[in-house]
Amino acid sequence: MSATKSLSGWGRYPVLDCRTAEPPSTAEAARPHPERLGVARGNGRSYGDSSLAAAGTVLTKHLDRLLAFDPATGQLTCEAGTLLADVVATFVPRGWFPPVTPGTKWVSVGGMIAADVHGKNHHGTGSFCEHVVWLDLALGDGNVLRCSRTEHAELFAATCGGMGLTGIILAAAFTMIPVATARIAQTIERAANLDAALALFEAGRHWTYSVAWVDCLANGADLGRSVVFFGEHATQEQLPAAERATPLRQPVRGARRVPFDFPAMALNRFSVRAFNTLYYQRQRPGSALVDIDPYFYPLDALLDWNRIYGKPGFVQYQCVLPFATSREGLRALLAAAAADGSASFLAVLKLMGRPSFGLMSFPMEGYTLTLDFPVTPPTMRLLERFDAIVREGGGRIYLAKDARMGAEMLAGYPGLAEFRAVRQRYGLDQRFRSAQSDRLGL
Amino acid sequence: MSVHAAGPVLVLGARSDIARAIARRYAKAGRTVVLGARNAASLDADRADLELRYGVAASAVEFDVIGDEPDRFFAGLPEVPGTVVMVAGGNGVQSISDAEDAAAELVMQTNYLGPARVLLAAARVMQARGGCIIGVSSVAGERGRKANYVYGSAKAGFTAFLSGLRARLNGKVRVITVKPGYVATRATADMRLPPPLTAQPEEVARAVFDAEAKGRDVIYVRPVWWLIMLVIRAIPERVFKRLSI
Repeated sequence: MSATKSLSGWGRYPVLDCRTAEPPSTAEAARPHPERLGVARGNGRSYGDSSLAAAGTVLTKHLDRLLAFDPATGQLTCEAGTLLADVVATFVPRGWFPPVTPGTKWVSVGGMIAADVHGKNHHGTGSFCEHVVWLDLALGDGNVLRCSRTEHAELFAATCGGMGLTGIILAAAFTMIPVATARIAQTIERAANLDAALALFEAGRHWTYSVAWVDCLANGADLGRSVVFFGEHATQEQLPAAERATPLRQPVRGARRVPFDFPAMALNRFSVRAFNTLYYQRQRPGSALVDIDPYFYPLDALLDWNRIYGKPGFVQYQCVLPFATSREGLRALLAAAAADGSASFLAVLKLMGRPSFGLMSFPMEGYTLTLDFPVTPPTMRLLERFDAIVREGGGRIYLAKDARMGAEMLAGYPGLAEFRAVRQRYGLDQRFRSAQSDRLGL
Repeated sequence: MSVHAAGPVLVLGARSDIARAIARRYAKAGRTVVLGARNAASLDADRADLELRYGVAASAVEFDVIGDEPDRFFAGLPEVPGTVVMVAGGNGVQSISDAEDAAAELVMQTNYLGPARVLLAAARVMQARGGCIIGVSSVAGERGRKANYVYGSAKAGFTAFLSGLRARLNGKVRVITVKPGYVATRATADMRLPPPLTAQPEEVARAVFDAEAKGRDVIYVRPVWWLIMLVIRAIPERVFKRLSI
C-alpha cells in the first residue's frame, strides 16, 4: 500500500511530494523494498528536509506499541513510532520520566534516536542516545540487526544521530529516570546581557535543567538580554501539603490550535519586539513549582504553532559553538540578528556538556543557540552570514533543524568520514537517502 | 453512569487500525481485552502494549471471520465475552470483483456471511448473561454505488442482520450498528478523502465506546454522514444510476 503525499518538516519548508508507505508492524517495516529508496519518518518534527524522500518515505506512525518495562531498572522497550507524549502520559503517573526530552513531546522515539536529541539537562546528562540500551535496525535488505554499544557498535554509533540514513529503526530500549512528583521546582533569573547569561549558566551547572530565553532583538549594551530557567524534579516534601498524597498526578490541560496560516506580515520586528519585551518583563525572578508540560513543552500548548510563520514556512537555525569561541561567536550571531531585525519568535540559549558517541550527533561542549526565521530571501542570506560565524568558530549546525545549509558546513562533524564508511560497508548508502542527504551529499 | 457490559471485550478482526484503536479505548477504561485475528501470535506486540499501557489483562486468540465453526470458536474462549466488537471485513476492489468470481465471493463472505454467522454464535453464548454486540458496518450499505456495490451490498445485508438481531435479543444482549463513514487508515492512505468527512481511527473508537455507554442502537461516527446518506437515499434511481459517485 503506498500513496503520494505532500510532506514537509515542522518548519513547513521545503515541501516535497513523497511516495509513502505505512507498515502496520515491525515485521512489515523490515521487508525489503528495492523500489523504495528513502528514509523513515516518525512524527515529522524535524524542521527541514531530514524526513523527506521522494521515492520512499516510510511512516512509522503505526509502530507505536509499548513492549516491555522493567521497574527494577527503568528500562522501557517500545516500537520506534511511539510518541514521547505517550511515554510521558503512561509513565509519569508511575513515577518515571524520560532521561532526556526535547522541547516538544510530539516526537517519536525513533526520531529522538535519529536526531540524538538533547534537552535542558544536556550539560549533566548528555543526549538521548546515551540512555539507549539497544535498538533494532532494519537494513532495508530484509535483515534486522540489534545494535548497542557492544553489538554492531559501529552501526549503533552511526544510527544514533544518523538522521535515518542507516536504516529503519524498528524498536528500542532506553532507561527512564525515577521521579517523585510530576512537578518541577523552577528558579528564574534574569540576565541583563550575554556575559551575565553565560555567568548564570556556569554558576548553575549543578542544576539538572537549565535553559535561557534570549531577546534577540536587544542590542548594544543589552545584547543577549535573557531569562534563564533552572529546574529540578520536585521532591514530595516540596509539594504543598494538599498535593503530597497524589504527587504524580498531572493536570489535564487543553491545548489551543492555530486555526489558519498567519499572513506573512503578522510577525515583524515590531510585534516580535513587543512580545519579547513583554515576555522578558513577565518572567519574574524567583522560585516556583511548575507542571511538567509548561516547563518542558511550553510551545506544545499551541498546536500547529508553525502556522504563525504563514505559508512560506520558517527555518530554525540551531548551532553549537565550543567554549573557546562561544562568547565571541554568540555575540556576533546575536548582533547580526539584532541588526537585521528579522523576526525570531524564539531564541534559546543552552549550555551543552560532553559530546555523544554518535558519529553525526550534534552536541559538543559549549553553547548552543537556536533562532527561528521566516523563509524570505533576506533571512536566507543572513543565515549564510551565520554559517560563516559558526564555521570560523569551529561549531556545527544541528541536522534535525537544517533545511538549507551547504555541504561545507559538514566540516563541523568530525565523525563524517566514519559515518560514510559505515553506510558503505553495510550497503546502506544504496538504500537510504533523504532530501537532506541529497542536498548535503551525505 | 456507565452501562458498559461486564466481562472481557472481544475485538474481532483485531489487526486493522480501527480495531487497534477500539481495543485501546476499552483497555483505557480498564476492560480485559481479547484480540481475535488470523495468525494470533503476531498480535503479541499489541497484547503487550495494552497490558503495559493500561494495566489490563490482554490476550490474543486465533480467529478467522470466514472460519467454518463459529460456535466452536466461542466455546474455546476461556471466558464468555461481555462485549463483542466485529471489525472484520474489507472493501476489496470493485473492478476485481466485477471480473473474478472468487474475489467477489470473498468480499461477500468477509463482510456479510462470516460476520453474521459469528455474531449469531456470539448471541448464543451471550444470551444467558447479557452483554453487548457491536457490528462495524458501513454507509456503503445504504445504497449500491457502482464504485463499491459488492462490498456495499454485503454491508447492507450486515446492517439488516444487526437490526434484526437487535430486535430479537430485545435488550438482553444489546446490539449496536456503527457506520463510520470515511476513516483515515492504512487501507485508505492512497485516497484523497475530504477532511471534514474523514474520522481518525481513535474517533471511531471513542464513538463505539460511547455508543455502548449511552445504549445507542445505530450511530454514524461523524453526524454529518447521517445527512449525507439521507440525501443519497433520496436521489431517484433514474438519476442515481447516472451519477459517478
